[in-house]
Amino acid sequence: MERIPVLKMGHFLLVTIQVDLYDRLALSLENDLITMVSQTGAKGVLIDISSVSIVDSFMGRILGNIASMSRIMDAETVVVGMQPAVAITLVELGLTLTGVFTALNVEKGMELLQKQISKNQFTGEDLYDRFD
Amino acid sequence: MIALTKESLFIATEQDVILCRNRTRELAVKVGMSLLNQTKLLTAASELVRNLLKYGGGGTVILEIVSDQKNTGLRLTFQDEGPGIADIKLAMQDGYSTGKSLGLGLPGAKRLVNEFNIQSELGKGTTVVITRWKNG
Repeated sequence: MERIPVLKMGHFLLVTIQVDLYDRLALSLENDLITMVSQTGAKGVLIDISSVSIVDSFMGRILGNIASMSRIMDAETVVVGMQPAVAITLVELGLTLTGVFTALNVEKGMELLQKQISKNQFTGEDLYDRFD
Repeated sequence: MIALTKESLFIATEQDVILCRNRTRELAVKVGMSLLNQTKLLTAASELVRNLLKYGGGGTVILEIVSDQKNTGLRLTFQDEGPGIADIKLAMQDGYSTGKSLGLGLPGAKRLVNEFNIQSELGKGTTVVITRWKNG
């Protein structure tokens, strides 16, 4: 079965989605990512969707799920590289990706993750405090 | 409104969904649709094909290039012979879902296209027709 590769880089996991996702592929990515967060103790997950031409409600929900699940596993998630047309479409669809960090590109996404992680360490915040 | 071309795809598996998405994109490019309108149409189509598979147990998608006096666009028809929708008004509300989804599929798809028509009969199936013009 087709799979999306997850790369480990230092404390982070990197995913670049280069193909059009169908539901089962998106679900297996969610599963693989959370398993890898647990196995590697990664502190951050970066998902690059710059080659993704459509994000529908299912895919949006998966992105939200990945963010919430990794947060419970003590890792932050940032989604980077969303195409402008995709952003416009998502909001019109009614999906605002609440709770998912976003950045314009991989570089800025990495910075955001670094900042977020050092902030968490600095405040000694535990995961319960972050539930709204 | 007249149809210039017409073709149909049978949708039975998730792979067919990708096929349908790609064919829709090809046709949208052919009529010269802007990238934003393409994205909106493809996203709406993706929601509706998912419904077709998930609730209708598969079905047929008819893809047409349509034209009226001033505009050209694509019209997509999603037909299934599933259980049908008991209360269309309720199904068109944001956040309503009989599955475990977010309930954005139908109302969201409607917001992303120019024309949206849904007909459903219990025990007979559901037909959704959407049209997206290349401009506007």
